[in-house]
Amino acid sequence: MLEGIGARHPQARPGAALALRGLDLKLATGEQVAVIGPSGAGKTTLMQLLACALAPSAGHLGLDGRSPWNLPRRELQALRGRLFLAPQLPPLPPRQRVVTAVLAGRLPAMGLLASLRALVYPDDIPAAFAALERFDLGDKLFERVDRLSGGERQRVGLARALLAPAKLWLLDEPLASLDPARSRQAIGVLSQQARARGITLVATLHQIDTALSSFPRIIGLRDGALAFDLPAAQVTPALLARLYEQHEQELHGQPAPEDDPAPDTSAPVIMQCR
Amino acid sequence: MSALATAAPRRDPAFAARLSWSAGTLLLLWPLLVATEFRPWLLFDPDSLRVSGNFLAGFWPPAHEANFLLLVARETWRTVAMATAGVTLGLLIAAPLALLATGTLSISALGGRMAPLPAALRQLVRALLVLLRSVPELIWALVFVRVVGLGPTSGVLAIGLSYGGMLGKVYAEILESGETQAATALLRNGCGRLQAFCYGLLPASAAELSSYTVYRWECAIRSSVVLGFVGAGGLGQLLDSSVKMFAGAEVATMLLVFVALVALADRASAWLRQALG
Repeated sequence: MLEGIGARHPQARPGAALALRGLDLKLATGEQVAVIGPSGAGKTTLMQLLACALAPSAGHLGLDGRSPWNLPRRELQALRGRLFLAPQLPPLPPRQRVVTAVLAGRLPAMGLLASLRALVYPDDIPAAFAALERFDLGDKLFERVDRLSGGERQRVGLARALLAPAKLWLLDEPLASLDPARSRQAIGVLSQQARARGITLVATLHQIDTALSSFPRIIGLRDGALAFDLPAAQVTPALLARLYEQHEQELHGQPAPEDDPAPDTSAPVIMQCR
Repeated sequence: MSALATAAPRRDPAFAARLSWSAGTLLLLWPLLVATEFRPWLLFDPDSLRVSGNFLAGFWPPAHEANFLLLVARETWRTVAMATAGVTLGLLIAAPLALLATGTLSISALGGRMAPLPAALRQLVRALLVLLRSVPELIWALVFVRVVGLGPTSGVLAIGLSYGGMLGKVYAEILESGETQAATALLRNGCGRLQAFCYGLLPASAAELSSYTVYRWECAIRSSVVLGFVGAGGLGQLLDSSVKMFAGAEVATMLLVFVALVALADRASAWLRQALG
């Protein structure tokens, strides 16, 4: 369905410093691509552009030979339903149950009535269980999200992808809070499922060795520009050293300082004058 | 200066500003007190002490004849019914308006800026909410007493309209100030507004929304008393006649009922917050 994505010269939000400058990129259907680069390189912005969550301030984005931002809003929203963006922080309401959070991946394909009914009684418990089981989380099916650890939440967010009616998975730091063994398992599940379903997979990663071993194509971003776009086999240590110059601690597997400060999740309850 | 900078600071540099702000506020308060003729010492004038003393002395013991208690029970039931029906009507008005007014649920705002038409609609809805709540429920009640006659119906309509405005505004603000990433992520993945609300916003703010609604119910009980004074029925009307007849014992009984109702609302809200939080 997705025949090729071309994102040319997309630039960041007006006013702010440009997060991406003059970027040319083409993705083919079914490709699996890892995006690497130091913090602040524009990886998240690139993902949001591809997900049609952010309008390019310059240049042109094409999906399936159409330009999404010229579509009527309803069609654009339908198109977004065929893209799945998993943000860095899993967007799960703390008081929701895991089963509901996972099945929410299906919402774009469901009518309003069906989604209201699913709130009263989860509509496809087996599918949610199967998706969770792939990440070893089947026993958490009826737990509340705020009872899970950070890594478990992240895997729940990834399990949601398995239920989304999407043809393109955009995973922003899908392994950020997973330990090495879990990381290997998660990325294995994702790439195998993507291949089986003909889904295009794009992931930003801080774990360079995982990127090199699991993805055939590597895109290096630095300072909002394309540093290289090569098959994994051609990415040399010298290229990596140049990509991460002055950010060496990230190259050596240390968790990077957050690019953008995480939104305050414990927002104070505002009691206005009532 | 540089020699001082190395020594431990001895003074709080913000103190002067804090002092002058406080003094300025007190100075500003003075003309307000004059304008409102605020003279609390009049309360302790021997004459007024005697008058209020007599009235308060009549409070004890509270009236407890069986007939009167039955009457109070029936009117209490009517007051609770009026407040509940009024808040329900307000909820029906507020929920759709709050959903329309919440910028978090805007699909057109996803790509950066909200499109002009939805932005104008949001402003329009906000203006409607302002209109609904800027007219006090007492005025709505006076209007409806003319239209539908004396009785609780006008009270229900009055509470419904003005509370619809208040609930709608506060609901929209609770929804916008709570955690919104979940709803935004759902919208970005192609969900509809109502889906994003049910699966993203509602679970994040359900406790706040329901505790505020219960608090408003408590307020509705109190305002139904005021509405009773203009003929909307319920405990208020009974209280009105008792006050006019200086029947302190009856007033005391009814005030005790109010205390009980407010305490009940307080417990219900605490329980709801615990269940949903």
